[in-house]
Amino acid sequence: SDYKTKSGLPFCHCPTKLHFEKLAKIQPCSVILPTESMKAMAESVGVGQLQEESCVAISEEVSYRIKEIAQDALKFMHHGKRRKLTTSDIDNALKLKNVEPLYGFQSQEFIPFRFASGGGRELHFYEEREVDLSDIINTPLPRVPLDVSLKAHWLSIEGVQPAIPENPPPAPKEQQKAESTEPLKVAKPGQEEEAAIQGKSQGATAADGKGKEKGLIRLKPRSTHELSVEQQLYYKEITEACVGSCEAKRAEALQSIATDPGLYQMLPRFSTFISEGVRVNVVQNNLALLIYLMRMVKALMDNPTLYLEKYLHELIPAVVTCIVSKQLCLRPDVDNHWALRDFAARLMAQSCKTFSTTTNNIQSRITKTFTKSWLDDKTQWTTRYGCIAGLAELGPDVIKTLILPRLTVEGARIKAVMEGPVVSNIDKIGADHVQSLLLKHCASVIAKIRPQPDNVEQYRTDYGYLGPMLCSHVMKARTQAALQAQQVNRTTLTITQPRPTLSVSQSGLSGSTGPRTPSIIKVPSSLTLMSPRPGTPSQPSPPATKYIVMATSAGTATTQQVITLSSSQSASPVTSTVPSATSTLQPLVKLESGSGPGLTGSRPLQKYIVVSLPSSASSSLEPKSSVIPTSISSTSLEAGMKMERSESPGASTQSPH
Amino acid sequence: FRAVPDDGGLVDADEDKDIKTEASNDSWGNNNANDGRLLSPSPGSSASAGSNKSAAGASEEQQTLLAVLQFLRKNKLTESVEILRREAGLPEDSLEPKGAESSGAGSGGASGGVDLEGGDASSLLTAGEDQPDVNVVLSAYSQQGDPALYEVYYSGLKRFIESVLDCHRAELSQVFYPLFVHMYLELVYNNHESEAKAFFEKFSGDQECYYEDDLRVLSSLTKKEHMRGNETLLDFRTSKFVLRISRDSYQLLKRHLQERQNNQIWNIIQEHLYIDIFDGMPRSKSQIDAMSGSLAGEAKREANKAKVYYGLLKEPEIELPLDDEDEEAENEEGKPKKKKPKKDSLGSKSKKQDPNAPSQNRIPLPELKDSDKLDKIMYMKEATKRIRLGPDNLPSICFYSFLNAYQGLTAVDFTDDSSLIAGGFADSTVRVWSVTPKKLRKVKSAADLNLIDKESDDVLERIMDEKTASESKILCGHSGPVYGISFSPDRNYLLSSSEDGTVRLWSLQTFTCLVGYKGHNYPVWDTQFSPHGYYFVSGGHDRVARLWATDHYQPLRMFSGHLADVTCTRFHPNSNYVATGSSDRTIRLWDVLNGNCVRIFTGHKGPIHALAFSPNGKFLASGATDGRVLLWDIGHGLMVGELKGHTDTIYSLRFSRDGEILASGSMDNTVRLWDATKAFDDLETDDFTAATGHIHLQDNSQELLLGTYMTKSTPVIHLHFTRRNLLLAAGAYNP
Repeated sequence: SDYKTKSGLPFCHCPTKLHFEKLAKIQPCSVILPTESMKAMAESVGVGQLQEESCVAISEEVSYRIKEIAQDALKFMHHGKRRKLTTSDIDNALKLKNVEPLYGFQSQEFIPFRFASGGGRELHFYEEREVDLSDIINTPLPRVPLDVSLKAHWLSIEGVQPAIPENPPPAPKEQQKAESTEPLKVAKPGQEEEAAIQGKSQGATAADGKGKEKGLIRLKPRSTHELSVEQQLYYKEITEACVGSCEAKRAEALQSIATDPGLYQMLPRFSTFISEGVRVNVVQNNLALLIYLMRMVKALMDNPTLYLEKYLHELIPAVVTCIVSKQLCLRPDVDNHWALRDFAARLMAQSCKTFSTTTNNIQSRITKTFTKSWLDDKTQWTTRYGCIAGLAELGPDVIKTLILPRLTVEGARIKAVMEGPVVSNIDKIGADHVQSLLLKHCASVIAKIRPQPDNVEQYRTDYGYLGPMLCSHVMKARTQAALQAQQVNRTTLTITQPRPTLSVSQSGLSGSTGPRTPSIIKVPSSLTLMSPRPGTPSQPSPPATKYIVMATSAGTATTQQVITLSSSQSASPVTSTVPSATSTLQPLVKLESGSGPGLTGSRPLQKYIVVSLPSSASSSLEPKSSVIPTSISSTSLEAGMKMERSESPGASTQSPH
Repeated sequence: FRAVPDDGGLVDADEDKDIKTEASNDSWGNNNANDGRLLSPSPGSSASAGSNKSAAGASEEQQTLLAVLQFLRKNKLTESVEILRREAGLPEDSLEPKGAESSGAGSGGASGGVDLEGGDASSLLTAGEDQPDVNVVLSAYSQQGDPALYEVYYSGLKRFIESVLDCHRAELSQVFYPLFVHMYLELVYNNHESEAKAFFEKFSGDQECYYEDDLRVLSSLTKKEHMRGNETLLDFRTSKFVLRISRDSYQLLKRHLQERQNNQIWNIIQEHLYIDIFDGMPRSKSQIDAMSGSLAGEAKREANKAKVYYGLLKEPEIELPLDDEDEEAENEEGKPKKKKPKKDSLGSKSKKQDPNAPSQNRIPLPELKDSDKLDKIMYMKEATKRIRLGPDNLPSICFYSFLNAYQGLTAVDFTDDSSLIAGGFADSTVRVWSVTPKKLRKVKSAADLNLIDKESDDVLERIMDEKTASESKILCGHSGPVYGISFSPDRNYLLSSSEDGTVRLWSLQTFTCLVGYKGHNYPVWDTQFSPHGYYFVSGGHDRVARLWATDHYQPLRMFSGHLADVTCTRFHPNSNYVATGSSDRTIRLWDVLNGNCVRIFTGHKGPIHALAFSPNGKFLASGATDGRVLLWDIGHGLMVGELKGHTDTIYSLRFSRDGEILASGSMDNTVRLWDATKAFDDLETDDFTAATGHIHLQDNSQELLLGTYMTKSTPVIHLHFTRRNLLLAAGAYNP
C-alpha cells in the first residue's frame, strides 16, 4: 500500500505552458498514510498500544520519506528516457538513500497492485493468478524474446517525410477527411502560396477586366498520387495474399489491412481492386474470390486510420452486388452462397451505421433499393434472400416497418413453391432459405413487440403460412432471450481473431515480453470452408467450446476432427477423428453461437465448424485464383502507378451507385 | 588533488604538473573568493545592510576554514594542512583553542553530510565549504516572530506590490517567491505547523507556475525534522536567491518596508536574498519570465562577466600531399580546381588567429598520432562533399530504431565518422554496432599475437581475429542502468557512465573494460569525451562535474556549484570549457584550466537534459524537460533565443556541421529542425541588449521552425550530423 501515495505525484512533467500562468493550487501535504496502518504494523512487530500521537507522527514522517523517494525515482525515470515510473526507479531511489531496495517486485506492469474493497475494508494486493500446472506443461513454449537489433529507415528525405510503414501515417483521418471535403483549404503550404498568387493575379486581371466582378476563381490543385517502390511492393503482396490460396498468408494480409496506419495512399487502389474484382468474379461466379474480397472490405472498414467515405461509391456497389446478385457461384444448388450474402449484408449494415449521414442518405437509398427488388414478383429467390438479409441486418426497426407487413405475402409465395407442383430444386432450396431467414430475423423482433400469449391460430391469421412456424420460433426466442443478449459479433467470418476461449497457445507465463501476434488457429490451407447445416454433431458434453474441423485429403475419405476445448475442465484438447459421410461442398465459414441443445447452464456453446472444399473443388479454383487476381493486380498497378486525379468538388460527395 | 603525472601519457609531463598544482591551489582560492563574494553585500545594498553583516560573514568564513583544517588534520593530511594554513593566514595555534568548538561543528557537518553525500570524502570537502554545518544553516531560521503576523506581512506586501505602478510591479513581484519560501520555512522551523499550512494554502497559488515542482517538495515538508538532510532546503538557505531589480523599484520596496516597520520581511530580504540592482528601465514581465525559473533565481550579472575564449583552436597543419596522391589515384582526371580553393581556405583559416580563441596550449592537448592525421584527412575529404544546408535545403534524416529493446535504451552515441553506434541499456549492458559493412573484430589473444610478423605492412590488419567478427558486441561490467555513453574521437575507446557510480573506459580493440573511474559514488548521469580526446567530463547525482584524463584514476578538476544533480555535460569545441546542465535549472560553463565557473545561464523551467555547442564555439543551445530550447551567446553571457514547439522533454540537440541548422529530438517522438542562422543573426545586431543584459526575445519560434518529423512511436534520444550533413537520429521503438 506504500505505492498509493505516489499517485498524487506527477510522473510526467507537463510541458510548461507557453504563457506562464499563476499556479493552480497545490494541495499542501495532501496525502498521508492512514494511522491505522501504523498501528497495525506496530502490532505486527510486537509494539502494542501505540499512542495516537505517535501514530500520527510516524505516518507523517513515513509519508514524507516516501514522497522524497518518489521524487528521486522521478529522476531515474527521466534519465531512463521513459514516461512511466517503474518499480526499478523506486529501487534505484531507495539505493540512493542507502535503503535496501524492495526485492521481488519486478513487474511488467508499472504498478503491480490491484485494489479491492468490500465490507468496509480496502485492500491492495499483488495479483497472482492461479495457474493450472498441466496448462503450462501442455502449452507450447512462448516465443523467445528477440535480441535488440538496429533498423534504419528514412525519417525524412531532404525535408520530406516518405510514406513508408516505418513512419507514422502521413495524414491522420481528420486530415484525410478535410482533404476530401474541403480540398481548397488544405492545400500544402507551397501550393497554397501558389494558389494565393494565382488568386492575386487573377484578382488583378479581374480588376483590370471590367466585367468579371466575381474575382477569384480558385482552381482545385491537381494532386498526384505516387506510390513509393515499397508501397507498390506492399500493395502487390497484400492483394496477392488476400486472394491467394494460402489461408495463413491471407489472415496476415487482412490483419495488416485492418491495423496498418499507413495505408491511406493505397486506399484508392484497394478500392478499385475490390470493385473490379467483384465485377469480374460475379460474372465468373467465383464464390471463393468474392468472399475474399468481402473480407478485404471488412478489414478496410476495421482500420481506424482510414477515411473510407471517399471510396464508398466503389465499395458499396461491390458489397450490394454480393448481397443481391442472381448467381454468385457455379452450382447454386450446392454451394453456400447464402453465407456470403449474409456476410455482405452485415457489412452493408455496418457501413450504413458508420457512414450514413443526412447528406449522403446511404441507408435510405440502400433500403429503397432492397425493397424495390424484393417487391418485384419476378425477382429470383437468391436476390430475394439477399434483399431480405440486407434489410434485416439494418436493425429491428427496419424489420418491423418493412419486413413484418409483408410476411403474409412472402409466406404465400413460399407455400406455392414448397407445396405446389415441383418446379425446380433450386427454387425449393431458395424458398427454404428465405423461410428460415425470415423466421430467424422476425422471431426476435416479434418476441419483443408482441404481447405474451403466443397462439398458433392467432399467428396464422396474422402472418399466414409462416404463422405456426413463427409462433414456435418466437416462443423459443423468448426462452432464449437471456442467452441472446450474449450474442457474439456475428460479422466475423474469420476465426483468426484472438479470443480468450481460443487461447490454446497463449501461455499464462509472464516472462515473455515480445509483441506477439494473436495466436492463430492454424487451419490447413485448404481447410477454410464449411457448412452450417449438415451433420452438426451435437455432443452431450458439458458446456464447452467445440471446434469441428472437417478435412478432406485429396479426394479420399473425409474425416471429421472434433476438437473440444473445455475451459472449465483442465483437460488438454480432445481431438477425435470421426469419419464422416458428409462431402458437402459449401465453401463457407460460419461462426455459430447460441446455446447447445437442451442446455440449461448459462454458458453459451460456441461452435466453430470448419469444412473444407474437396480437393477437386479447390484445385478447380486454383487456376482461376492464380490468373484472375494477378491480372487484376497487375493492371490496376500499372494503372495506379502514377494516377493523376483531378478532384472536382463534386467528386467528394459520393454516390453509392 | 595532486595527481602524479604519468610520463608515458599523452600530455607533456611538465605542463601537466604545472596545471595540476595550480589547480589545486586555485580551486581553494576560487572557492574562498566565492564565499567572500557571496557574503559581502552588493554595492547597492551596502547602504542598508549593516557592517555587522560582513563581520559575521568573516567570522563564519573563519569557522569554515577551521572546520576544514580540523578535517584535514583528522585525516592526517598534514601537508595540505600546512598549505591551507599558510594560504589562509591562520596562526599556527589557531586550531587549538578553537578546536573544540569547531570540531563540534565539524562533526555535525560530517553527520549532516553523510545524509547528503554518503561519506564521499572529496565531495564532503566541497560540500563542507558551502555548508559548514546543517545546524548552523538552519539556525538562521530560529528568529522568532509572531506566526500569526506572517500572513499579515505577506498580504501587506502583496497589496503594496499590486498597487505600485505597472512598470515596477513585474519586477517587485519577483520577491514573492523567495519570500514565500523563506517565510514558510521559518514557520516550519519554529514548529508552527498549522500556521505554515495555512500560509502555504493561502499564498501558494500566487506563485509562478514554473516553480510548481519546488513548491510540491516544499508542501510535503511540514516538520522541523524534515528539514534536516533535505537538499532543496539547504540550497535555499546556502545560496542566496538572486533577484535582478532596477534601482527605482528597489528604492520603492525599501521605502515601503521601512515606513511600515516591516522588519520580518526586511530581515529575510537582507539575509536570504541577493538583490542585484541595476540602473535603467525596469524590466517587463516577459523579460523577467525569460530569465527566471532556476532554483536560486537569476544569475548575478558579474557571474557572467569573465572573459571566455570561445574561439576555435587553430587546426593543426596536416600535410596534404598524401591527400593529393590519394585523390589523384582515385580520380584519373584529377581535379585541380576543386583542390585549390580547399587548400586556400585551409591556409587562410590556419593563418588567421581568432582573437577570441584561447592560446593553442592553454590546455595541453594530446599530440596527433598518425592515425589521427589520417582521420583528419578523411574528414576534410568528406567535408568537401558536405551538403550546404539552409531553410531551402533541409537535411535528410536517417532514423536508427532500436527494436526489441525491452530492457530500456538509456543512452546512445555515434562516432564522429558515423561508423559505429553504441547504446547503453537499463540492464547495465553497453552494446556497440557497426553500421558499415566493416564488422567489429577483437584483437587476437597474446599467444596468437606472438606468432604475427610484426614487420609486415598490414600488421594492424593481422592482429585482428577474424573469428570474432560480428556486427555488434556487448560490453558487460556495469551494475546499473547506463545513462551516459561517449566514443573517443579516435574510435579506440568508449566511455560509459552508470547508476552504479562509475565511469568505465572500454577498449574498442579488445572489447574489454580498461578502467573504472570511481569518484562519483552516486549515479553518473552523463559523460563525454573532449573533442580532442584524452580528457573527459562526467556529472552526476552528487552535483559535481568532474574532469578526468583517461590515464589518471582520479579527477583532474571538480566543478562544484550546481545546487542539484548535474544532468548533462558537454565539452566546448576548443576543449577549454565544459558546459553542464543541471536539475537546478541552470547551465554553467566551467573553465577547464582553473576550474572556475565562468557562466551561469538561467531561464529554463525544468531540469536540463540536452546541451549543444555551435560548431563555431560562439553559441550554446540547451533543452530541458519544459520542452523549450534556449540559445545562449557565450561571449556576452546572454540568452539570445527561445525555440518553442516540443511538447515533452528534449533529450538531444545537435548543430549541423556548418551550424546553419539546429536539430532537436524529444520524448514527444519528434525531430524538429530550426533555422539557427536566422536565430543568431536576428539578435547580433542589437548592441543595447548586450550592454544591459536584458534581452527582449521575439516570439519567432514558428518562423524558425523548419520542419517537424514524427516517428511512429519512438522517442528521439540522440541526434548526430554526419560529416556530410546527413542527420542521424536514434531511439528505441516503444510500441
